[in-house]
Amino acid sequence: MNPFSSGTRLRDMIRAIRACKTAAEERAVVRKECAAIRAAISENDPDYRHRNLAKLMFIHMLGYPTHFGQMECLKLIASAGFPEKRIGYLGLMLLLDERQEVLMLVTNSLKQDLNHSNQYIVGLALCALGNICSAEMARDLAPEVERLLQTRDPNIKKKAALCSIRIIRKVPDLAENFMGPASSLLKEKHHGVLIAGVQLCTDLCKASTIALEYLRKNCTEGLVRILRDVSNSPYAPEYDIAGITDPFLHIRVLRLMRMLGQGDADSSEYMNDILAQVATKTESNKNAGNAILYECVETIMGIEATSGLRVLAINILGRFLSNRDNNIRYVALNMLMKAVTVDSQAVQRHRTTILECVKDSDASIRKRALELVFLLVNDTNVKSLTKELIDHLEVSDQEFKGDLTAKICSIVEKFSQEKLWYIDQMCKVLSLAGNHVKDDVWHALIVMISNAPDLQGYAVRSLYKAFRTSNEQESLVRVTVWCIGEYGEMLVNNVGVLEMEEPMTVTESDAVDVVEVALQHHSSDITTRAMSLVALLKLSSRFPPTSERIREIVMQHKGNVELELQQRSLEFNSIIQRHPNIKSSLVERMPVLDESAYIGKRAGSSQATLSADKSSQTTSSGPSSLKLPNGVTKPPAAPLMDLLDLSSDDAPVSTSSTTDFLHDLLGGDSISPGVAPSGGAGTDILMDLLSIGSPSAPTDVLVPNAISSKQGNAPEPKIAPAPVMDLLDGLPSREENPVYPSITAFESSTLKITFSFTKQPGNLQATVIQATFTNLSSSAYTDFIFQAAVPKILLLCNCFNALDLIVALIFKCK
Amino acid sequence: MIRAVIVMNTQGKPRLVKFYDFQPPEKQQELIRSVYGVLSERADNVSNFVEADAIFGPGTQLVYKHFATLYFVFVFDSAENELAMLDLIQVFVETLDRCFKNVCELDMVFNFNKMHMLLDEIIFGGQVLETSSEQVLKAVEEIAKLEKSSSAISLVPKSVSARFGR
Repeated sequence: MNPFSSGTRLRDMIRAIRACKTAAEERAVVRKECAAIRAAISENDPDYRHRNLAKLMFIHMLGYPTHFGQMECLKLIASAGFPEKRIGYLGLMLLLDERQEVLMLVTNSLKQDLNHSNQYIVGLALCALGNICSAEMARDLAPEVERLLQTRDPNIKKKAALCSIRIIRKVPDLAENFMGPASSLLKEKHHGVLIAGVQLCTDLCKASTIALEYLRKNCTEGLVRILRDVSNSPYAPEYDIAGITDPFLHIRVLRLMRMLGQGDADSSEYMNDILAQVATKTESNKNAGNAILYECVETIMGIEATSGLRVLAINILGRFLSNRDNNIRYVALNMLMKAVTVDSQAVQRHRTTILECVKDSDASIRKRALELVFLLVNDTNVKSLTKELIDHLEVSDQEFKGDLTAKICSIVEKFSQEKLWYIDQMCKVLSLAGNHVKDDVWHALIVMISNAPDLQGYAVRSLYKAFRTSNEQESLVRVTVWCIGEYGEMLVNNVGVLEMEEPMTVTESDAVDVVEVALQHHSSDITTRAMSLVALLKLSSRFPPTSERIREIVMQHKGNVELELQQRSLEFNSIIQRHPNIKSSLVERMPVLDESAYIGKRAGSSQATLSADKSSQTTSSGPSSLKLPNGVTKPPAAPLMDLLDLSSDDAPVSTSSTTDFLHDLLGGDSISPGVAPSGGAGTDILMDLLSIGSPSAPTDVLVPNAISSKQGNAPEPKIAPAPVMDLLDGLPSREENPVYPSITAFESSTLKITFSFTKQPGNLQATVIQATFTNLSSSAYTDFIFQAAVPKILLLCNCFNALDLIVALIFKCK
Repeated sequence: MIRAVIVMNTQGKPRLVKFYDFQPPEKQQELIRSVYGVLSERADNVSNFVEADAIFGPGTQLVYKHFATLYFVFVFDSAENELAMLDLIQVFVETLDRCFKNVCELDMVFNFNKMHMLLDEIIFGGQVLETSSEQVLKAVEEIAKLEKSSSAISLVPKSVSARFGR
């Protein structure tokens, strides 16, 4: 017999497929078989139909497309014989899904079968319905299923119950119809029906609150009784698992009790006793017992339990944690995470055990334990916890290191009360796992260091020491290089030594050595090398004797393939050689990076920011800070950079284009919280924008140097307020007065426009701008049009009086 | 609810696959492969639970048991008790054992129809239907008897009855 005719027995086909040695062979066999089946289908041959469908199902399981067999399922279902129907329904469930329209054709057959006299056929139909019915089918056939819920045959009853679950899921409106039958199911004796009934009730509660109320009123007693009966029942071999009668029923009932008792004090009280009984009586040496205990604990935490019961629950969890079985520990950690929100004190007691779990060899347990530890951290235990975690960081394996590092960094940032401790921990983390540290973490570290002037010396010395031992970690190298560049003289002159530090002498050339190593190291990437070059530039100004050596180092990169490095190398070389006079002012200490603004920016918007630059340090570091990649702030300052280039070329022009610049400056709609704080509670955006009425920065014009045109890796947008002011042609006043000085918005040989600002006393958010137009030419203006536009964040309430405008004009145009 | 039941051998070949929420066939194969990838890396003494968020979506877990050359995998979400699922796998395997008399992988390959039938008596639409192996076996035997005695048997070629007589 040809093995590939449709007469092949299923078994032979399976054998043939298994005999294939390669995937290509298997594909060939399957293809032949599918072709034969397709031929048989088109011939409409009834004999082998169900054998073909069986073959199709096998082929489907292997992963090949079998959609051509879908109509066959229908034909089989419609036939009279039981085997055909069975295969047809099975094929239906495997090969079809609820989205196919073909499914609608089955509805009629299903209806007939649901009313069949043979209970197994009814069972088949229910099974198919329960697995794949769609919403329309559910609606059509719901009455049949309801009727079947009342039959006497337990087999059908339980299937009908579970089928109803699916119906309710698809069509939640029908939930109320099933409430009554569901609660009567709970009075059954047969365990299968009971479990199905309980599941139906659980789903009803989820689907509709009316059902929840109804069940809560009527069924709580019944449930407690069921639980009591089943936990006190004698040995029943049928449902026994590991010595406990039907743990599945236990668990289901407990879960339903949780749903009913949640948020309702009365029913919770009713359940207290039985819960306590189950929690204490159940043996926990077998998995079944532990499963019940676990569910019991979850229920106790979920309802309004007494505190005694809660303590009992957490103790059970503690016992679980020290269990040697990995599964139990895993499950306990899971539960503890939920318990932390309810009663964190109790969970704290198990902290040491949880810490042990972080070091476990099982990856799933480790992850859970780490998350739990993170939730447990508070101000009192943060130091010891961090120490433990960092110790473990040393020995943990690679995939875990990433997670662990991220968690440690966020803990340290959130909970550090002293900067000294923060710096210490970050040094350790960076030296152990710097490669896994994310960029914004070490950015934050730098921001923090620059904000702590008394600790800068300590910071740079610790980093130097750390660098000597482990210079493979990229982030460590970057932070060290930056700090040495900035605070090099503190390192060499031992400025600001704290009592606990050991004395250490570092010469200038040592410092330069460090940076040179960072530069030349083969694993340093572009950012690190770029930062090193800049640091060298700074050092050459701070340590004049090393200037020549630095210049040589810098010149080594003048032919570098990377444009960035080459450019920097050449430019720095030229600065060192030919512009020694401006060099020192170029690389002066960076102004303090505003921490609150940085944090706000990180937390909030992602747009280009104006972190308010409050420092009164010289801003002639302005241009240099454009090119100094301090890596604090993230790039998208691309529009900002263009803006700054533009601004340095254009003279401030008309108001509308000014506001466009401002619009670009703010990057559109969002404005970072960092804008506000210049000098006090600035709620007035406009004033802040124009930086009027606040301590101002000096008004030197930006030198548009070629350097500023390149983006670098992290251009410095924080000096943005300076160009804004330049844009608006400087502030005449430097004193802080609440009276807002008027500004000259535009001045040319023919027209001068001045803005004066007043605020209504009751309405501080609104500013009244009075524009005065002065005609400076000798001819008269005609057809003068004034248009005002503001960026989206400001609202223009134009109530300027046209008459005033004209009057003002006339008086000036003489 | 239970999302899927997968039985595969230690080479990753699926022996029984049932998804209770719809997945297109290619996705099914992909999921099976990812599960195999996860399971093959697990050592022997670790816990039986794996978080399946990356494979099946948020909130899902899978529990697996390794018997001889087969992995039995149940995928479920947070509505199910994890330890109970572990017990359910045990029930399923015990029932298979009783049905096939010391079941082995080959039995599963050649009788996947019967296995499906058995599974349908235990898990129905993603919910647990029956947990007693006795009851399940009773139902399966009844169905088999029905098939044998059904008058349509004359059209049924030898293979089917031979299968059930096995």
